[in-house]
Amino acid sequence: MIRTRLVAQRLAFLFLLGCVFFNYPLLSIFNQGGSLFGMPPLYAWLMGSWLVLIALLALVIEGMHD
Amino acid sequence: MLQVWVIVLASFLYLGVLFGIAWYADHRADHGRSLIANPVVYALSLGVYCTTWTFYGSVGRAAANGIGFLPIYLGPTLLFALAGFILYRMIRVAKANRITSIADFVASRYGKSQLLGGLVTVIAVVGVIPYIALQLKAVSNSFTILSSYPEIVMPASAGAVPLFQDSALYVAMILAAFTILFGTRHLDATERHEGMVAAIAVESIVKLVAFLAVGAFVVWGLHGGVADVFARAAEVPEVARRLTRADTSAAYGSWGTLIFLSLFASLLLPRQFQIAVVENVDVKHLNRAVWMFPLYLFLINLFVLPVALAGLLHFPAGTVDADTFVLTLPMAHQQEGLALFVFIGGLSAATGMVIVETIALSTMVCNDLVMPLLLRMRWLGLAEKADLSGLLLEIRRWAIAIILGLGYLYFRVAGEAYALVSIGLISFAAVAQFAPVVIGGLFWKGGTRDGALAGLAIGFVLWAYTLLLPSFAKSGWLPEGFIAHGLFGIELLRPQHLFGLTGLDEITHCLVWSLLANLGAYIGVSLVRVPNAREARQASLFIGGTDLSGHLAWSGSAGVADLLPLAGRFLGRERAEDAFMRHARSRGLNSVEELPGDARLVNFAENLLAGAIGSASARAMVSSVVSEEPLGLDEVMNILDEASQVRAYSRELEQKSLELTRATAELRQANERLRELDRMKDDFISTVTHELRTPLTSIRAFSEMLHEDPKTDLEQRSKFLGIIVSETVRLSRLINQILDLAKLESGRAEWTVNAVDVDEVIHEAADSLTALFAEKRVTLDLSGLDKGLTVMADRDRLMQVMVNLLSNALKFVPPDSGMVRVGADGSAQEVRVSVTDNGPGIHAADHEVIFDKFRQGSGGTDVLTDKPQGTGLGLPISRQIIEYFNGRLWVESVPGAGACFLFTLPRQAGDNGKKF
Amino acid sequence: MAHRILIVDDEPNIVISLEYLLKKEGFEVKVATDGDSALLQAAEFRPDLVLLDVMMPKKSGFEVCESLRADASLADLKIIMLTAKGRDTEITKGLALGANAYITKPFSTKDLVAQIKLLLT
Repeated sequence: MIRTRLVAQRLAFLFLLGCVFFNYPLLSIFNQGGSLFGMPPLYAWLMGSWLVLIALLALVIEGMHD
Repeated sequence: MLQVWVIVLASFLYLGVLFGIAWYADHRADHGRSLIANPVVYALSLGVYCTTWTFYGSVGRAAANGIGFLPIYLGPTLLFALAGFILYRMIRVAKANRITSIADFVASRYGKSQLLGGLVTVIAVVGVIPYIALQLKAVSNSFTILSSYPEIVMPASAGAVPLFQDSALYVAMILAAFTILFGTRHLDATERHEGMVAAIAVESIVKLVAFLAVGAFVVWGLHGGVADVFARAAEVPEVARRLTRADTSAAYGSWGTLIFLSLFASLLLPRQFQIAVVENVDVKHLNRAVWMFPLYLFLINLFVLPVALAGLLHFPAGTVDADTFVLTLPMAHQQEGLALFVFIGGLSAATGMVIVETIALSTMVCNDLVMPLLLRMRWLGLAEKADLSGLLLEIRRWAIAIILGLGYLYFRVAGEAYALVSIGLISFAAVAQFAPVVIGGLFWKGGTRDGALAGLAIGFVLWAYTLLLPSFAKSGWLPEGFIAHGLFGIELLRPQHLFGLTGLDEITHCLVWSLLANLGAYIGVSLVRVPNAREARQASLFIGGTDLSGHLAWSGSAGVADLLPLAGRFLGRERAEDAFMRHARSRGLNSVEELPGDARLVNFAENLLAGAIGSASARAMVSSVVSEEPLGLDEVMNILDEASQVRAYSRELEQKSLELTRATAELRQANERLRELDRMKDDFISTVTHELRTPLTSIRAFSEMLHEDPKTDLEQRSKFLGIIVSETVRLSRLINQILDLAKLESGRAEWTVNAVDVDEVIHEAADSLTALFAEKRVTLDLSGLDKGLTVMADRDRLMQVMVNLLSNALKFVPPDSGMVRVGADGSAQEVRVSVTDNGPGIHAADHEVIFDKFRQGSGGTDVLTDKPQGTGLGLPISRQIIEYFNGRLWVESVPGAGACFLFTLPRQAGDNGKKF
Repeated sequence: MAHRILIVDDEPNIVISLEYLLKKEGFEVKVATDGDSALLQAAEFRPDLVLLDVMMPKKSGFEVCESLRADASLADLKIIMLTAKGRDTEITKGLALGANAYITKPFSTKDLVAQIKLLLT
């Protein structure tokens, strides 16, 4: 599947990016009251960054044939 | 109205549809038009990860602590980002080795160890049972709640319900029957279930749509959108608490732990392994799943928090179990249809999980636990049975029933004490114990069977002690004091604060201890010894690198006659024959009978069997046919070493034999030369003897005659004595010459090299022979000598040559008319001397012979008409001398026209060291 | 009647000694110094015994012996071979070719005379 080393490396980078997105200390920045786009900041951040990460995964994978 | 029969009918209808889909997919697969050979189906089927835990439990979790449900889905997202490194390899390895389960995977990786396969199976079964209990609890609860519609009544504690009125029991039984129908209709060599996968993919859609429907209803039906839900939640302090998390390191720690835990669980849970690895049709499908599966997870979690908040806002605290909000919110708003759909969605989540999980577990139990044990019991005579495929299916069916039974038992025993998610996490922690041996096995070649066994065993024990047993204790099946005061009241052994470790939640606590010990034991024990041959071979198969595969897999061989019936016993005769036929075709053969009984065939048969009964059992079965002792690494290395040594040795040998051939040829030559020399020496000695005896004969004869007859007259006497004297002189000369020649030939002669005046030497030699010439009245002509010719030579030796040549000439010229002429001239390089006579001359054939020792007058040669005087050593000695000074001595002669002996000497002696 | 002996040898001094010795013993002696003249003499002189040297130019003693034995008219002729090469092979060869005795040089005159007398009685 992931034949090119570059794609595998990009994915590994996204893995690390996800680790950063989904963990302390980034989480603590959003772990507060208030609202972001009508949502609690932590929820908004997690769902938002998660979606971004999925989009990036899709971009890397589906773009690998180009 | 949602009467019980409606719910039951809907449920069975749904299950029937699923079964129909499965049947159709199987049918399509049998005709080679796979329904599931599609990346989207693959990604959807991975959604089996989302069970009732997700469907009901996440909302409950969110209601309890807000966003805390999410790490369970972030972990798998991260895993799929690493798919290229982990899943891809696992799929490739599993396909190549016909891996049928995670137990098979581990067993195969560490040298096809039955013990290891069995241990993994036990851990998986024990570990996953709470998870199955969770499904039973969720389905039975949702059924109970839905069936009491329009009332919203929380189900009574399971323990309080009589066994046969417990809906969970019937749920378990129905699920068992359904799973048995699904998964064990036939036995496949690849252990793949196309129909099941198709059904699971459909279920994933059903539960997703159901959940999204509830979410949409809650967010937009009951509220004015997501922002409205959050805004209203923020207004209620009791609910607003869920919008943020405790900002402590422990909270972040357990958050991270859950991400990490779910990452492994989504890989190592038997059903995840089954779907992601075993059921994978094409490894390329993984590409799409890398983003599609996380997207699925994202979507199914999209409304979790809003629904949880809405539930908290709607129901007074403590009245409704938050785990049921998904169902009770529609019910509370009289949405019968939606409620039923939600129930079906929950049923989807549960059946999907239970079907795949129990099929995976039953395969493991059958292949890695029961069959190895049964095959070991020789008195059962299983190894000799003609067809075992029926038995295999029977074992799996029983395994499914028993696993669900155990799940129900756990539900009855401990189900009440925990929320859905907490039960699930116990299972997550159990399968996380596989992480070191599986991940390590994919990247580290040094792992051994012993290390894997040690790591798994200690990890499992610690998991059971810190997580499973407390779950029993909390349910009252073990004394409470066990948790509070530790085993035997030892504080350090408190299961949730082991060795005094505090400040962690129970899951993190369990993982810290069990995984640390697991990893430590796995690595530590593995390092005790180097992997043996089988482990090394499997490691190379799993990791790559030095390819030891194939060649060393089986050192023995077995024929089709043994292997086909063996495979037939487990797969059924027809399937086995088909497979063998395909194998034969792939090797360009027309029939099964033509297959050679080589290692390739044995490996093929083993792989084929591995699909049905697991790699470890397959190995055991095949080895019962192939009489071959397993190779130790040492032996393999020895063989390799030996081979290379033999190669080196044979190269050496080749060289040696080449040398030997050369040496032999040389020796033969030398030997021939020696024999020739020996013969020559023999001849020489014989000749010398003759030459010595001849004068001796005369001497003795005359001496005896004189001695015996003293009265011999004086004249006679004087004549005889004269003969004796001359013969004695001859004898002495002969002996001197022989000694001289020996000295020359052996190189022991002494040479005094000076500038020698050739003219002077010739004159001196001539002078010494003047008397003899005069006596025979032979003319010696020295007028042809150039003056002032010098050469570097030994004067005495040169003189010897001249005397020899002159006396030789004198010997053969006729008396009175004889004439010997000596000439000498020189060029810049050399001096040439000739001695010409007017004797009888020499035949061309004898021009060289005369330079041989004693050949001057030997019998059989027609050189000379008369017996010549002399020893026959003069010419050989002369030639030796001339050649010593790098000169040349030869004769030119025509019979009847005299002979001319010539020699040349270089002016500079050159390399005087040269001997001959 | 005195027995006739033919001496065949190419060494003049040996011939002299043998001639003197045998004449003194009362034999009628003739001399040949090579193989051809030996055969000639044998036919003319008709000796009772030939003292035959092996190593001679032109024709070796063996050849002469063979030729003598090939002549049926010389059937009674005794042949003693003389040789300075004392090798066993030559003794065997000589005897095989029909020599009656084989004497190695240098020989004892007494033994030679005894051998001759033995053969001629």
